[in-house]
Formats: sequence, structure tokens, C-alpha cells
Amino acid sequence: MDAISRIRDVRPDGGLRFPVLPVADLAGTSFKHEHLNAILAESSLTGFFEVHAENYMGAGGPPRQALERIRRDHPVSLHGVCMSIGGPQPLDPVHLARFRALVERYEPALVSEHLAWSTHETTYFNDLLPLPYTPATLAHVCEHIDEVQNTIGRRILIENPSTYVAFASSTMSETDFIRAIACRTGCGLLLDVNNVFVSATNHGYAALDYLSDFPLADVGEIHLAGHAEQRDDEGKRLLIDSHDAPVADAVWKLYEIVISRCGPIPTLIEWDSKIPAWPVLRVEAAAAQAILDRFTSVRAVDGRHAA
Amino acid sequence: MLLDDLMEEKLQPSFAEDFARGLLNPARAIPVDVVGPGEKAPIKRYNVYRNNVTVSLIDALAATFPAVQRITGVEFFRAMARFHIRATPPRSPLLFEYGRDFPAFIEGYEHAQDMPWLADTARIERAWLDSYHAADALPLSPDALAAVPSDRLGDLIFTAHPAARIVRSAYPAVAIFAMNRVESPMTALRSSAAEDALITRPDMEVAVRLLPPGGAAFLKTLIDGGTLSAAADIAFSETSSFDLPANIAGMIEAAVFSNMHLGDWR
Repeated sequence: MDAISRIRDVRPDGGLRFPVLPVADLAGTSFKHEHLNAILAESSLTGFFEVHAENYMGAGGPPRQALERIRRDHPVSLHGVCMSIGGPQPLDPVHLARFRALVERYEPALVSEHLAWSTHETTYFNDLLPLPYTPATLAHVCEHIDEVQNTIGRRILIENPSTYVAFASSTMSETDFIRAIACRTGCGLLLDVNNVFVSATNHGYAALDYLSDFPLADVGEIHLAGHAEQRDDEGKRLLIDSHDAPVADAVWKLYEIVISRCGPIPTLIEWDSKIPAWPVLRVEAAAAQAILDRFTSVRAVDGRHAA
Repeated sequence: MLLDDLMEEKLQPSFAEDFARGLLNPARAIPVDVVGPGEKAPIKRYNVYRNNVTVSLIDALAATFPAVQRITGVEFFRAMARFHIRATPPRSPLLFEYGRDFPAFIEGYEHAQDMPWLADTARIERAWLDSYHAADALPLSPDALAAVPSDRLGDLIFTAHPAARIVRSAYPAVAIFAMNRVESPMTALRSSAAEDALITRPDMEVAVRLLPPGGAAFLKTLIDGGTLSAAADIAFSETSSFDLPANIAGMIEAAVFSNMHLGDWR
């Protein structure tokens, strides 16, 4: 490497720059450390990897080393799990600063968070908790998204939740609420198709109706995952967003409909517990990639795609 | 936001306050604002969140303390962890920071009183995770000491590597940790002696070592900024058989320190 390119690859803070790797039209998988060696042994892997931001908020050590290794060869999507954007209390400035530091350090292709909350006062509940959809909660959520986007200096994608309950006080539909946050804050959206299916089943509406109300033009990433099944108080099917199984057939079907309408959107196979061997995950991602490849000629009519 | 809205918000508990109250307390009623679709009841639905919170936090403790879980068995561990979670839920969204109070909780846990070594085993596991996430730093090179004039060696002051930890135990906690941290069959413990653990991360891999007699006092003094001669004095006063050259070689090999300088310059 000559001196000039070496200078260009070093940032003012002394850290190395990573290559700019686009995610458009790609499928990816969750990155799990136990898969690192199998991934490094792949000769021609084109996908992207998504990580939960919080797992890399330690000062150093093997997790950050593994992420750095992966980021050298692949686009990375940084997925925040506990910013608590949907809660009424102010965002934790310390957590926000840690999040910003990760964005600066790993230069992710995609950055996302959830329409949910997980901290109340000082207690962290480690779950994506639901919120009522009202003008007051909308105002809080938009303030929080503005704050995150201003802090990290870039657009984030906000993910639609999977929910098991509703709130009597809600005055807006979820899709109206999500459209309003995208419109007011300029954020993009992460469409979790499994969440759509889970929520639709749990609340007794049609997933396709939800999707036709959803502002698809703002979607910059799609999540696909597996779910589990329980029973509600009436003995009817209650789906749990468990991320511990292959993507269900019905979810694949919905996904194909979305892609056939919108054209390719970066798509993640999310698998966070009962993690299978790497080839299983790779096969799921290949299935998503095949669908993406089938619709490369389709592009959103207004040419707008959030990424 | 309108002033009226702000006033209302101040007077009424937020939806999050209502929703949070029952998450770790199964005796509490379901918040009145929480409903199922149509005429459906919200009980099992709200309980999904209760279950997610409790189970995921128990899982987080199980992931941090696998040797403790192996010793107690899964059922015992999960019951103990559930008590701890309800009494001391996490205060940070970083779950690898959770469980710092768990060893002390184990020490006082009624049903664990016949396993007095269990808390120290947990302390080693907690230190293991701290070491895993600690900042990166190059360890002190083996040649560094050779460059110091022999009459100045005693004045050396060391900087601890961010991943170095020491856990002292009145029980054979290191052997118990080592035996239960892996899935191999258990063998009988041969000793009931007190054991001190050194936890470091040479080459990015966390390693737990048994310290020789006097080793913990020696390294603790150095980590706290004492000179090499002060550390040696303390170690000798604790253990007359303290082997200074072996301990110095050991600390370099284990990557306990990242830097050093001569004290008493002036």
C-alpha cells in the first residue's frame, strides 16, 4: 500500500476506515460469534450481517474484535435493541453516546431501532414493550427519534413491533402512527414481516391489510424470523416473536408479496435463540436472496427507497 | 405540546409506569388500559411480557454464571435467579454488566448455605465476563524487565491490564470453577484448601489461573500501584515460601500488566 492510500485509510481518531460496502439488493443474517470461523471459511459470501448494538458496547475484547473482522469483508447492520425510544422518559444520554460511538467505529450500512420501550425509571426490562398510539406518545417517539438521528448524524430505520396486547387509550392505528413518525422525523422504516404476521394473528386482523396501509416506500430493511405458538385466554392461537426457528411459510409468502411490489430491499434472517449451525442460517438467507433476485426489475414507482 | 397535555402528564402515571409495575410482580393486577382485541381478555397476553422479562433475565444470569448453574442444577439455579431478579433487576441495558450483586445474593441465599464456595465460584465467573469485555491493551513484553538495572527493579510500578482481575477465596473456588465451567464429567475434588484466582486475557482469550501462595497479595499490591519491593514484602510476610522470580515470570506470561515505570525518580 502506498503512502497516500494509507493516509486516506486512517481517520483523524487513528482508527482504520472500513471499506464502503453497499447492502442494496442483499440478504443477510444475524451475526453470532459461534459462526465466526464458519463464516471466515466461506469463499464467496455476499450477504450482510446484523448485530445487536448492545453486545458491542463493552470497552474491547473478543466481541469487538470479531465484529471488526466481519466488518472488513461484509456490510454490517447495527440494530439497537434497548434505546427505549417508545417510552415517555428522556433517552439515556450515556446509552445514546455509546450508540453513537459504535456507529462511528464500525461505519454500518444500516442503523435501526425499535418502536418499543424497555426501560422505566432505572429498571431495564430486557423486552420490547408496547405503547399506546396517541398524539402524546407520538410526540415523545418523534422527539426521541430526532434526538437519535441528530446525535449519530444519520437516518435510522424504526422497526414495527410484534405485540400481544393493545391499549384502550390508543386513538391511532399502528400503521398511521408509523407513517406519522416517518413523515415527521424523516426516519426510514424496518419492516419486520414476521412481526406483522404475529401481530395480525394476535389481534385478529389481516396481515395483507396491514401491509397495504404500511408506508412501504420508506422501508430500508426487512426482517424475517421464526415464531412460536401459545394459547390466549380464550384458547385461541397466540403467536410469540421468538426468533428461534425457521421463517414460517406464511411469512415467506407475505415477504414475496412485498418484494414483488417494492423491488429488492435488504433482508435479514433474524435468529437469536436456539441458534442453528451456520449452514442452516445461510440456506435461509439464500432463500431470501432468491426472492430478491427474482424481482430486481421491480423498483418502487417513485424511485424512493430508504437506506 | 400544549400546556394542558403537560399538566395531565404530570398528574397521571404514564402508560409505562402502569405497564411496568406488574412486570416483575405477578401478584399485581393487569393495568386497566391493557386490553385484548374485541372482547378478548388480556391476562395471558400481558403474562407473555411478564414471562419474557423474567425468563430472559434468568437466561442472562445463566449465561454469565454457567458453572454455578451446573453445580446447583437448572431448577435450583432458576429459582434462585428469579428471587434475585425481582429484588435486583438490571439498571443498565447492557446485560453483560448485570449480575454484579448476584455473588453476594448467593452468599445470603437461604437454600445455598450448605454450598459456602458457591458465591466465590460466582465471583470468578463475574470476573471472567468483566475480563472478556475489558478494553484492549498490549501486555507488557517479556523483555521489558530485562532492560531495567537490577538495583532499580524494586522501584518498578506497574499498570494493570484492563482485563486483569483477582478473586481470593477461602475455598477451592478455582478448582470448582474449572471443573464446572466445561461439560466434561466431574471428578472428586482433591483439596479443600483456599484458592486465589487470577483472571486475565492473554491473546484475546480469557484465562483463569490458580495463584501460588502469596501470589494474590503480591499482584493486588502491584495492581493498586505499589512498588515491586513493597509487593514482594507483603507477599513474603503472608507466605515465607513466596517464590518471587516464579511469580514475576507468571505475571508476565499471564498478561497481568500492560505497562510499567520506575517510581522514586527524584
